[in-house]
Formats: sequence, structure tokens, C-alpha cells
Amino acid sequence: MKEKTHIDDINRSIYDFRYENVDEYKVESGLTPEIVKQISEEKSDPEWMAEFRLKSLEIFNSIPMTKAGPSIEGLNMDNIVTYVRPNTKMHADWDEVPEEIKETFERLGIPQAERESLAGVGAQFDSELVYHNIKEDVAAQGVIYTDIESALHGPYADMIREHFMKLITPNDHKFAALHGAVWSGGSFVYVPKGVSVEIPLQSYFRLNAPGAGQFEHTLIIVDEGAYLHFIEGCSAPKYNIANLHAGAVELFVGKNAKIRYSTIENWSKNMYNLNTKRALVEEGGSVEWVSGSFGSHVSYLYPMSILNGRGARSEFTGVTFAGKGQDLDTGCKVVLNAPETTSYVNTRSISKDGGINTFRSSVVVTEKAVGSKSAVSCQSLMVDNISRSDTIPAMDIRCADCDVGHEATIGRISDDTVFYLMSRGLSEEEARALIVSGFADNVSKELPLEYAVEMNNLIRLEMVGVIG
Amino acid sequence: MNDSTLLTIRDLKVNVADKEILHGLNMTVDAGQTHVIMGPNGAGKSTLGNAIAGAPKYEITAGSITFKGEDITELSPDKRAKAGIYLSFQNPVEVPGITLANFIRTCVEQKTGQRLRIWNFKKDLQATMELLGMDPSYADRDLNVGFSGGEKKKAEILQLLMLKPELAILDETDSGLDIDAVRTVSRGIEHYRKEVGGSLIIITHITRILDGLTVDKTHILSDGRIIAEGGRELVDNVNDKGFDQFINK
Repeated sequence: MKEKTHIDDINRSIYDFRYENVDEYKVESGLTPEIVKQISEEKSDPEWMAEFRLKSLEIFNSIPMTKAGPSIEGLNMDNIVTYVRPNTKMHADWDEVPEEIKETFERLGIPQAERESLAGVGAQFDSELVYHNIKEDVAAQGVIYTDIESALHGPYADMIREHFMKLITPNDHKFAALHGAVWSGGSFVYVPKGVSVEIPLQSYFRLNAPGAGQFEHTLIIVDEGAYLHFIEGCSAPKYNIANLHAGAVELFVGKNAKIRYSTIENWSKNMYNLNTKRALVEEGGSVEWVSGSFGSHVSYLYPMSILNGRGARSEFTGVTFAGKGQDLDTGCKVVLNAPETTSYVNTRSISKDGGINTFRSSVVVTEKAVGSKSAVSCQSLMVDNISRSDTIPAMDIRCADCDVGHEATIGRISDDTVFYLMSRGLSEEEARALIVSGFADNVSKELPLEYAVEMNNLIRLEMVGVIG
Repeated sequence: MNDSTLLTIRDLKVNVADKEILHGLNMTVDAGQTHVIMGPNGAGKSTLGNAIAGAPKYEITAGSITFKGEDITELSPDKRAKAGIYLSFQNPVEVPGITLANFIRTCVEQKTGQRLRIWNFKKDLQATMELLGMDPSYADRDLNVGFSGGEKKKAEILQLLMLKPELAILDETDSGLDIDAVRTVSRGIEHYRKEVGGSLIIITHITRILDGLTVDKTHILSDGRIIAEGGRELVDNVNDKGFDQFINK
């Protein structure tokens, strides 16, 4: 008992399978106007989109590399394949999805989840959606759930043009510009006025090709008084070369509307996850981010809420688990830009086996935000003494009449708790896994049961090395 | 050692933070027996309980502990638990994120290696909680989190009754309890004796918890040594005259 139990490198086998023979079309690696044009052509972009891509590429080439977070030196854009199209069209019937791809998603439990607990599912394999389906009764309420490419040519084309990359513009940072140039796949969701989608919609992103990038775009518009819960999941098998994920999520939350956006991210540990998420919330509306980050080699992830109307609310609940070789820079940003707006941030981070966690938050309270409230709480757990955890909270308060709070704690697993649990028959690893799962329960309590179970399994996988 | 011997402690020396607390202790508990350990503060009573359960802070420097014929001196706490040893903590730890019910279920499944039928388990748990006068809502609360001192102790006895170990060590389970709670806990212990038939080592200051129990042996511990042994009558003797009579001898 005195010597520490050695925990083996985790077995990711349930995520770590891949198919070599998916006969796909891909563009050359690297990034040139020709490649971008090629993507436009592949997708039959409308003219404005083709131009938008090229302009974004120019911006990409003109602005310096993002330096705010951990080093991304291992990422060489010349080696990243920006577009990989699986050799299939998009289907609305699982039976038509090619066998290998279907098997991938089946092993990840996606079709089963759809049958049991979802209102609609989208599944993206590398750069393209291979499956998209929405339950009839939800569609009958006027809810649109489709891939953006189809929507660009359909009745919602104008709505997309009006909103696409207006919240996250190519000028925001290098990877937003890159996204603008090579985005592919993702989802478009529109929930009409007053419609409440009772069960969640889900998109699952799987990056299969080695050395590839995934740049899906998620655009969600929740109209006045409507409600939506959207879930995204992501995973990829491990390769020895860097993969890049630079997606964008734009959420437009109308007056008195509400969206909950949940993510369980488990990219493999060669992934650079440089993702951008942003929500614009109107009067009385609210956005709830629920975020579990487990994978990737390096992450920059700070979902942002802009509270633009009186009484708008944002809640961010997150957990980040950094293990061996992971440098995860996560947190959130919020701008309180109207009276009586509120923001709650509650995050937990767990560091293990030399993993590095940085919690970064930015709270801006403008002059307009009279009577607003902001609370940030972040707790860190260090599983051993070779790991690291930093907290970088920034606040910019320009309003005298507001209530702003911040608290942060860093702790270790208590030996007394481990002994208590072991004295009931749990092994040391089990005891530690249980303590860590308990620590992350701010997120698991917010997730639908199946996802909470998946998250706890991921924690067990990290802590014990097996699925329970 | 005979066939009915459950626990044998031989010349046990235990250090806490490099200071020797137990100085060579001997004790034998037979299957089905109830032993009482009494002694003044700082005598080493809790150290003994923790050392038997395998707490890492309690370093065994000499001697041995044998349970069911197997030397467990070097065994980790979970293996001792699986072998059938249970320690009811003096200060149970709060563990957020797992409910009392789920925790007990996990432990029982770990111990038996079998999945429980949820319905049967729930019924069993409810009945046991009722016996202990616990509000059923505690089943769905996080383990010990925000429990009062009394509810924590009841939760310890609840785990004891659900896990059904062969040896239960109760480390001052009665301390800090009001008279009704002590009665309830005693009822739980009687139930354990009758229904599970396991052995007990009861570490206590006060003796109300022993009302209604048959005591087979009493050990008086002082300064890390057993200084007196006897039967039930020793408990009454201590109640009348205190520990000084033994220590000053």
C-alpha cells in the first residue's frame, strides 16, 4: 500500500480504431488559393461563399499565428490535408451509409442513441456529413436540421448568408480565418418561434484520415421563445502525425429563447483542437454551455457568450481532463452588454501524469450592464505532483452597479478519502476514479444520462485503464 | 489457533508518523464473538482499528495480523475488505458525486463480483434504512455530504449491514450521538450479530452502545498495551471505577 500503484497508459481501443480503405477524395496537403477553389468546386458553393473562402484565405495568410495559449509548433499547416471527402453521399437512412463508415458510428453507439434518445442525428466522417436525419414530428414543427451545404442551396440560403461567420469573423484570429477558407460539413439548425424541441439533437464528428483537418461549421438559430438542446460529440483514432480541428459554432439565441449546447470531446492525443464557439443572446434569452474536454494534444477552447439584451443569461459548466502529453487551455468568455444580464461559470479541471491544464476566462462588463451579475468558480484537482494547473481569470468591469465574483481552488486527492473507499473493497484505482468522477459531477449532472455515463466511462478509462 | 479463530494479532507494533503507538499487542477474536476495547484517550484504540483495516498512515513495524488463517499484515485495505473486514469510521469522509445507494451497490458488487438486481437491492436497502430510522431520501444524497454526525454514523452501520462482513470494527461509532441515535445504532449492531452472525470489535468510551449485546471479551488498552482483560463484568467495572484502577496498579 505504501508504494503507488502504477497505472498503465490508457487503453483507448474503443475510440482507437480506424479504416484504411475508405476510398476517399482528398485535396493536396497545405493551403493555396487553388486548393480553396477546389473545395468550393467540390461543394458547388454559391458565388458569395466561394469569394468568402478566398478572402478568408487572404486574411489567414496576413495575420500572425495565435500565441495566446500553449505552443502549437508541432502543427505544420503545410502537412494538413484540409479536405477529405468520404466516398459516399449524405444519407437519411443508416442502411445506405457504406459499411465501414456505418460500423465506425455503430461502434461509437450513435445509431443506438438516435433510436433511444434523440430527436435527430448528424454524423460527419472527415470533411463531410454522411448521415443526417430528424424525427418526423420534430420536422413537422418547422425545425430545420441539415448540413450547411444543402441549406446553402435551399429555402434558408438567405438566412445562412445573413448569419454565417458574422459572430465569428475571419478577422478574429488565424484559425477563424482558416475555418472561413476551408470549412466543410457541420450542421444548420433553425428552431422557429415558440417551438420547444423536447429531446436533444446530436451531431457526431469523426476524423478518420491521418494528417487531416476537420473544419465543420455549426450554425444554430433559435428564434423567439424557442428551446433547443444540441449535443456534439467528437473522436478520432490516434495517428503519429498531427491532426487539426478548427471548427466554428455560432449560436443565435432570440428573445426569450433558450439553448443548451453540450459537448463531449474526446479527440485522440495527436489532435490540435483550436475550436471557436460563440453565442449571441437577445433580451431574456439564455445559453447554457456544458462542456467535457478529454482528448487532444493541445486545445484552445473558450466558448463565448455575448449577452446583448436585457436579462439575457449565460451559464457555462465545464470539465477538462489533461493526462500525459496534453496541454489543454480551456475556459470561457462572456460579455455582459445589457442591463440585468447574468453569467455563471463553473469549471473543474483534472490534471494527471504530467498533463497541463490552464483555465482562462474573460469577463467583460460594459457600461450598459447596469444591475448585472457575474460569478466565476473554478476548481482544479491534481492527481499527482508532476502535473500542472494554472488559472488565468481576466475581468474588465466598466459598470459601477454590478455584482462580480471569482473564486478558485486547487486541491489534491485526499489519502483519507482513498482509504475510506478502499476500506469498502474498492481498489486504489477505482477509489481514485470515483473521487475524480465525483469532482467532475458539475458537468455529469447536467448531461443526459447516457452522456453522463459515457463521460464517467471516459474518466474511468483515464484513471483505471478499462471501461467499467 | 483453533477452527473457530477469525482474527489473530501477534506482537503488533504500529507507528504513526514515525512514533510508536502500539507496543506489541496480542489479541484473538473467534468467529461470532463480540470484543470490546476500552481505554483512556490516546491509548491507541483507533490505531488498532485502523491497523487491522490497513490504513496506510498506520505503519506496522513488527508483528502480524492473521485473518481466517491468512497473514494479511501486508495486504492493501481493499483486499482486507474483500476478505471480510469492515471498519466503521469515527469520522466518515464526505465523497461528492456518488450517492449513498450507488456507492453501497458498487461496493457490494465489487465484493461479490456479481451484478445486483436493482429492484432487490433497492428493497433491501430501504428495509435496512428503515431499521436504522434513516430517511429514505438519504439513499439519493451524495455519500456523507452534508450528513449530520448522527446520520454519518447510521450510514456506516447501513454499509455494515449491506456488506455483511465477517468482522466489523466499530471505531467509536457511539461518540457524539444522542441517546436515541445510540439506541438505533445498537439495534443495527444487534441485527448484524443475529442476521449476519459476524464478529465485532467495538471500540468505545461509553458503554450504552453495548446494552442488549452479549460481550465475550473486554480489553483495556492504555499507552499502546493491553493492561487488563476480562468478560462483560470488566465493562461494568470500568463504568463504576474508571481506568485509573488498572493504570495505577
